[in-house]
Amino acid sequence: MPTDRPATAEISSIVKDFILDRFLPGEDPANLTDETPLITGGVLDSISTVTLVAFLEQRFGVQFQAHEMSADYLDSTSAIAATVTDKLGS
Amino acid sequence: MRTLSSVFAESARRFPNNTAVADPTRGSRLSYRELDSISDHIRDALVGGGVRQGDRVGLYAAKSCGSVASVLAILKAGAAYVPVDYAAPAERNAFIFNDCDVAAVMVDRNLVGKLVDAFEPPNTVTTEVGHAADLGVDLVIVWNAVTRHVERSTVGDDSLSYILYTSGSTGKPKGVMHTHSSALSFVDWCSRTFDPLETDRFSSHASFHFDLSILDLYVPLKHGAAIVLIGEDVGKNPSVLAPLIAESGITMWYSTPSILRLLSEAGKLEQHDYSGLRVVNFAGEVFPLKHLRAIKSAWPDPRYFNLYGPTETNVCTYFEVPVEIAEDRTEPYPIGFACSGDRVVAANDDGTKVPVGEPGELFVSGGSVMSGYWNLADRTASAFYIDENGVKWYRTGDIVVGDTDGCYAFVGRRDRMVKRRGYRIELGEIEAALYRHENVSEVAVVALPDEENGVRITAFLCTNDGKAIGLIAMKRYCSGMLPLYMIPDSFNYSEYLPKTSTDKIDYQTLLQSA
Repeated sequence: MPTDRPATAEISSIVKDFILDRFLPGEDPANLTDETPLITGGVLDSISTVTLVAFLEQRFGVQFQAHEMSADYLDSTSAIAATVTDKLGS
Repeated sequence: MRTLSSVFAESARRFPNNTAVADPTRGSRLSYRELDSISDHIRDALVGGGVRQGDRVGLYAAKSCGSVASVLAILKAGAAYVPVDYAAPAERNAFIFNDCDVAAVMVDRNLVGKLVDAFEPPNTVTTEVGHAADLGVDLVIVWNAVTRHVERSTVGDDSLSYILYTSGSTGKPKGVMHTHSSALSFVDWCSRTFDPLETDRFSSHASFHFDLSILDLYVPLKHGAAIVLIGEDVGKNPSVLAPLIAESGITMWYSTPSILRLLSEAGKLEQHDYSGLRVVNFAGEVFPLKHLRAIKSAWPDPRYFNLYGPTETNVCTYFEVPVEIAEDRTEPYPIGFACSGDRVVAANDDGTKVPVGEPGELFVSGGSVMSGYWNLADRTASAFYIDENGVKWYRTGDIVVGDTDGCYAFVGRRDRMVKRRGYRIELGEIEAALYRHENVSEVAVVALPDEENGVRITAFLCTNDGKAIGLIAMKRYCSGMLPLYMIPDSFNYSEYLPKTSTDKIDYQTLLQSA
């Protein structure tokens, strides 16, 4: 069945653009890799994590549970993309 | 003799079957009888292992029924508890435990490795606490083999009950010492002001290392009411927090304004029933009026109180927000009137009162004021002004303006201390951390009010090689040195920092360019 769900790589790219725009103004985009630690690396604090999750929920039409708003699920753009892909597929 | 633990013991005797503490996230709860019994068990383990009256015992765990039992156990042992932010860098917490020379630390088993790696000289011998299912957490005791016991006297109301570490200007946190008497002075004021009932259910939103927790824990425990624990992860997630407040039947809410703002903006509050909520307290930072209007619109029925006070004084002034906020009002509400038991004045450096309507530093004296900073005699001495009658006044460093009724409005900080997300931050501590970066040669940190985040922190840096360090790299570096709320929002690089005529960093010029 055809689907218009975004691919994981596309999600990762959208998330990177959002993080660079909102939380890392002026940063060289090349420094934000798929594996850059976001929460454990001090890029996202509790408030910016809430902002990011609100963006993900709105942009991709997914819902996050309380326990998912943590470094286990959101600590890198690859982890975020995987989490969102997982939700879109379920 | 009244102590925090004797007040709890009285409630345990009067209300054995009432819920003392509930943890809705973990699905655990303890009655007063159970909490009494479990905290006795932990006290016995502490005393059996060598904890003596007057000792300090650390608490290094997330909030849980077990954490509450641990706090009571430490108090029952006649020791003072020292709670830390378990999410902060291990080095910072190790500094705290070493600084106040804890006899032992109550630790979540999952955090033992993190603790002993940094805490020197540790004795990695641990004692099981047990009761894991009831406590909602697996606690163990890590012993410090080299503790020097400094007091062995009988516990009295002037004995230390807890030490809360706050950001220090030297780059090291400093321990604010409260006695049973100073804690109870505040708790008793709460009793008179909020009329707690045994049927009340108090939110415990703040972490235990935060001074808001004193109201959260001891006011309900004094009155046979319930503490409703709100886990650190849930506490900042409005879509989970909003239904939790309704479903757990919270009647007394207490948090920073930031959380109330999150709830009104993203909590979908209209979907839940908050008819039981009767008091909303907020403290820790200025509540912008537009955000206060928003939460009052969603929750119109409770009484709202602005509580003010640095960790050193507990709450020392309060202001009850009117039922109707005037439409043309734009200013935040004042910090208000002195709590009974405390006296406040706006004063000059030399302790003379400033006239009504003129700005002065807020001085506080009375029952709720700290006894001093742990192991910092000079810092303690300089924190107080002693008047001609020998009365000790704590210098808050906050500039206020008083009116003829004795109501005070907050103007700003006297020094470079700022509050962000309710946490007090000494900008000097951030500078000290940045100075430790191998490529940083000079640094100055400034903070400016920010509509979105309350406070925006900017670091100005010079580097040895003259090149800028990437934002991600700097944030990552800081995350290993500082709690997340202290990490600067932006980093600006230049060849040199502007200086005053006395060759000190010119912060005024930096503020203008931040």
